[in-house]
Amino acid sequence: MLNYIGHRLLQLIPLLIAISIIIFVIIQLPPGNYLTTYIQQLELSGTAVNQSEVLNLQHQYGLDQPVYVQYFIWMKNILFHWDFGNSFQWQEPVTKVIGDRIGLTMLIAIFSLIFTWVIAIPIGIYSAVRQYSIFDYIFTFIGYIGLAVPNFLIALVIVFYVFDHTGLAISGLFAPEYVGQPWSWGKIVSMLERIWVPVVIVGTAGTAGLIRTTRAMLLDELGKQYVITARAKGVAEKKLLFKYPIRLAINPLVSTIGWTLPALISGSAIVEIVLNLPTTGPVLLNALMNQDMYLAGSFLLILSVLTVIGTLISDILLAWIDPRIRFGGMEE
Amino acid sequence: MISDEQTILEVKDLKIHFKLHEGLLKAVDGVDLSLRKKETLGIVGESGSGKSVTTQSILRIIPQTAHLEGEIILRSEETGKNINLATLPMNGKEIRKIRGGEISMIFQEPMKAFSPVHTIGNQMMETVLLHRTKDKNEAKEIVLQSLREVGMSNPEQRFDEYPHQLSGGMRQRAMIAMALASNPAILIADEPTTALDVTLQAQVLELMNNLKEKTGTSIIFITHDLGVIAEMSDNVAVMYLGQVMEYTDVDTLFHGAKHPYTLALLKSMPSVGAAENKRLEAIEGNVPTPINLPKGCRFFSRCKLAQDGVCNVQDIPLVKIEDGHYVRCVLVDEKNRGGR
Amino acid sequence: MSTGIETNNQPPVTPKSVKKQKEGYEVASQWKLTWWNFKKNKMALVAAVLFIVLIIMAIFCSFWSPHLPNERFKTYKDAPPANVHFSDENGISRPFVYDLQLKVNKETFRRTYVEDKSKKYYLHFFVKGGSYKLLGIIPTKTHFIGLEDSTKPFFIMGTDDLGRDLFTRILYGSRISLSFAFVGIFFTFIFGIILGGISGYFGGVADTIIQRLIDLLLSLPTIPLWMALAAALPSSWSTSQTYFGMVLILSVIGWTGLARVVRGQMLALREEDFTMAARLAGASNSRIIFKHLLPSMTSYMIVNLTITIPTMILGETSLSFLGLGLQAPAISWGVLLEDAQHLESIAFHPWLLWPVAFVIVTVLIFNFLGDGLRDAADPYKS
Ligand SMILES: Nc1ncnc2c1ncn2[C@@H]1O[C@H](COP(=O)(O)OP(=O)(O)O)[C@@H](O)[C@H]1O
Ligand SMILES: [Mg+2]
Repeated sequence: MLNYIGHRLLQLIPLLIAISIIIFVIIQLPPGNYLTTYIQQLELSGTAVNQSEVLNLQHQYGLDQPVYVQYFIWMKNILFHWDFGNSFQWQEPVTKVIGDRIGLTMLIAIFSLIFTWVIAIPIGIYSAVRQYSIFDYIFTFIGYIGLAVPNFLIALVIVFYVFDHTGLAISGLFAPEYVGQPWSWGKIVSMLERIWVPVVIVGTAGTAGLIRTTRAMLLDELGKQYVITARAKGVAEKKLLFKYPIRLAINPLVSTIGWTLPALISGSAIVEIVLNLPTTGPVLLNALMNQDMYLAGSFLLILSVLTVIGTLISDILLAWIDPRIRFGGMEE
Repeated sequence: MISDEQTILEVKDLKIHFKLHEGLLKAVDGVDLSLRKKETLGIVGESGSGKSVTTQSILRIIPQTAHLEGEIILRSEETGKNINLATLPMNGKEIRKIRGGEISMIFQEPMKAFSPVHTIGNQMMETVLLHRTKDKNEAKEIVLQSLREVGMSNPEQRFDEYPHQLSGGMRQRAMIAMALASNPAILIADEPTTALDVTLQAQVLELMNNLKEKTGTSIIFITHDLGVIAEMSDNVAVMYLGQVMEYTDVDTLFHGAKHPYTLALLKSMPSVGAAENKRLEAIEGNVPTPINLPKGCRFFSRCKLAQDGVCNVQDIPLVKIEDGHYVRCVLVDEKNRGGR
Repeated sequence: MSTGIETNNQPPVTPKSVKKQKEGYEVASQWKLTWWNFKKNKMALVAAVLFIVLIIMAIFCSFWSPHLPNERFKTYKDAPPANVHFSDENGISRPFVYDLQLKVNKETFRRTYVEDKSKKYYLHFFVKGGSYKLLGIIPTKTHFIGLEDSTKPFFIMGTDDLGRDLFTRILYGSRISLSFAFVGIFFTFIFGIILGGISGYFGGVADTIIQRLIDLLLSLPTIPLWMALAAALPSSWSTSQTYFGMVLILSVIGWTGLARVVRGQMLALREEDFTMAARLAGASNSRIIFKHLLPSMTSYMIVNLTITIPTMILGETSLSFLGLGLQAPAISWGVLLEDAQHLESIAFHPWLLWPVAFVIVTVLIFNFLGDGLRDAADPYKS
């Protein structure tokens, strides 16, 4: 087991290096850089641009160096100083801009995950055990819609619906009086009052998907020989169900948690923009549009690393839960 | 089939039908069987003949969608009373007491028959706790003893191992140990050796014969291999497409079988003494699915002796031609009558 | 790990011609079987019909729409969906609409429209309106439905803030959004099949490199990656350049799943007899791939195609919606939804959400179709 984890960790190093290079290339892709965009804006507004100041700024941001040098500086600072560079727009370190927001984004993702599991697993089990019952059909159909409809469109419709019926604008995560204020009980309560909206929206697709997977997996297990064996031993139905097929159906699902979380975070970006939340999605969009390259790049990098770690955790969980892999050949 | 004092299980006119899109599938269609104390009854037939469905219906572990008719009478050892298993509520308390208690079952593929994520010990304890004792320590002792009896080396260690850690032969031994741990009156073995290679097969069969001597359990032994039947059974029921084609004792089966299907099966059997170059004659064609079968003999489509207008006119009854020898064939029937 | 002993009693080799005949028979019955299974699934059948409707709608969008997509009705900005009447004071009549009159609330300055009951316009089929070229070739003025006087207000789904008919624009948008999906699928398949095929057929170094590349792509978060790449498209690009740029972005990110399956199939198939036979007969690699291996995967690919289309539609919609993808004057469902981004606009003009309905129904159609096809092609693996 330890061997396996060590082996996997070693494999990650080249992958992470490749990821960081790709991301750096992507954020360098747009023609020009933040300064050219900035100067253009100044010129449009009629402000004269001082040439020496431009050079100064260029030097300050390291934009006068060759691209690969910029990459190495960025990486060096991240690895040794936990410094992701500065945001041009915010005139602040990236860690400061993203910090709070990434926390809220993760909070939404974690709540969504819990929501997804609490709703989907029981429904999935019910649907499989009562296959072809009326509720099975209903859940299956709802699941279809939940999977098919992109969550940002659900967000749009819900925002409109709530406004139309109550006159409330459910954008943002806090009531207006708490925006920009330090954390307090009132602020937390205000957040909890609103956070369920993005949580439910971000969770719908996942819930629908998980219902389907649980149902399919359990149906698969229900037909297996070991279930018949247990029945032939005289085990009561309900006990049998929970001890054998449900356990076997859920095992592999547990291991998906690792990569579900990063997927939820990346999937929620557009919803966050629609709902105008003080989270990472809107910042990313803004950074991309203004060529705020370190901000955008750091965000992409953090998400990618989370995905990689998540996948690793998933693999380890799977190996740990299933004795066949725990004691058997790891190479498969 | 005669039933007497010694009979502990009797199946009468058992029918199991599945309603499918394509029509009514008659997996079992009027089967009579009887099993006596300490007897081993062999059931033989190509795959798809309904052997598994017949025996699984004894424990009522066939899917709920199946339509079941007929009687399955068990003479309970504990109470001495007769119980009709066919009318017990599905998955109810009464049938659950019998499952794994008075009647145990072992299956074809030991790998699939165990849950892969529970230890052997865990799965065996379950049976013992349900049927023998409520005391955990005592149950563990019984399980270990049972493992020892089937010749498992190091039972304490095996107890904590998972199925995939055992070899195929060991797994089937564990399966047998699990079935016998509850001291059943009847053991149903559904092709227990089909998935094993020849040497293991012989070992497992020997083990079962030994255990039978020791415990006096009655056995219903299912196989599609006549060689195995010869080693195991006292009486044999030959099944085809949901019906018993011939029923007799094992000697008569090999030396005086009458039904064309039995004869064809015998011909297809590789015998040890036979000359190397003697060609095996497999029965031509495949077993059809028993949906919308025409009237008459089930074997009509593949029988070499089939006579149009004779065999396919009406359903053929199972007829007694000697004491303890029954055949379902018009041709045999006529011949015998003519001779009398 | 497997301990099952497989019985291997294959019949002696059958003569080639017999085998071939048998295969032909089996292929035919396979398709027939698929069709039978597909017909049993009512949802999929409905989806198939709607799919055809959708395609006809998109191809002849200019004919179905009552107006022209960029025609501005200056007096009818932000007009609500038309209220079609089927009866008047004299009872049942042929369908008609009333003229609209602008009312401005003195306090809130909100603009609303009320029906002007004095002016009544009847609906007609095949009316003459703005001129356009059907299918881009045939010049005509005939529209499927509309008013005699095409300058009068007949807006099935209302108008936008420039007074353009939303229904017309949605129909035109379907052309871009759907074609985008199909072109996107095409490129995804090209990438997936070529890379997966190379990986599985040749193995070795090529396989390793491609597998690592797939790992890499799967570690990058999809939606943020879409956004980053779309943001990198130069704003100076023309609409069609952006269109193909976006197609490339989505397919460059989306080919991995298909490639994995193609690789797996290749690995399995190249072990089979007929590949060997073809190779012995001296067929070249590419010939084997295109003549033998790919056709045997058709059913799988059709299914995969159907269920990947929604990803493409959603990719276009969400990127354009965010302002990172197609831009006005291009018309796509995503571009139209950009108007619905802010609560202020949808709160007072909820009809701007109509493109949402089209996107959702389209995605559902493809999902049901895909599921139906998959179950039909492989009924034992639901
Ligand atoms: N759950 C089921 N639903 C429908 N048909 C079944 C089911 N189980 C078995 N059958 C059918 O019943 C027939 C007998 O099967 P089975 O008893 O397994 O044969 P055997 O054990 O002799 O090989 C077969 O045609 C099989 O297809
Ligand atoms: Mg069987």
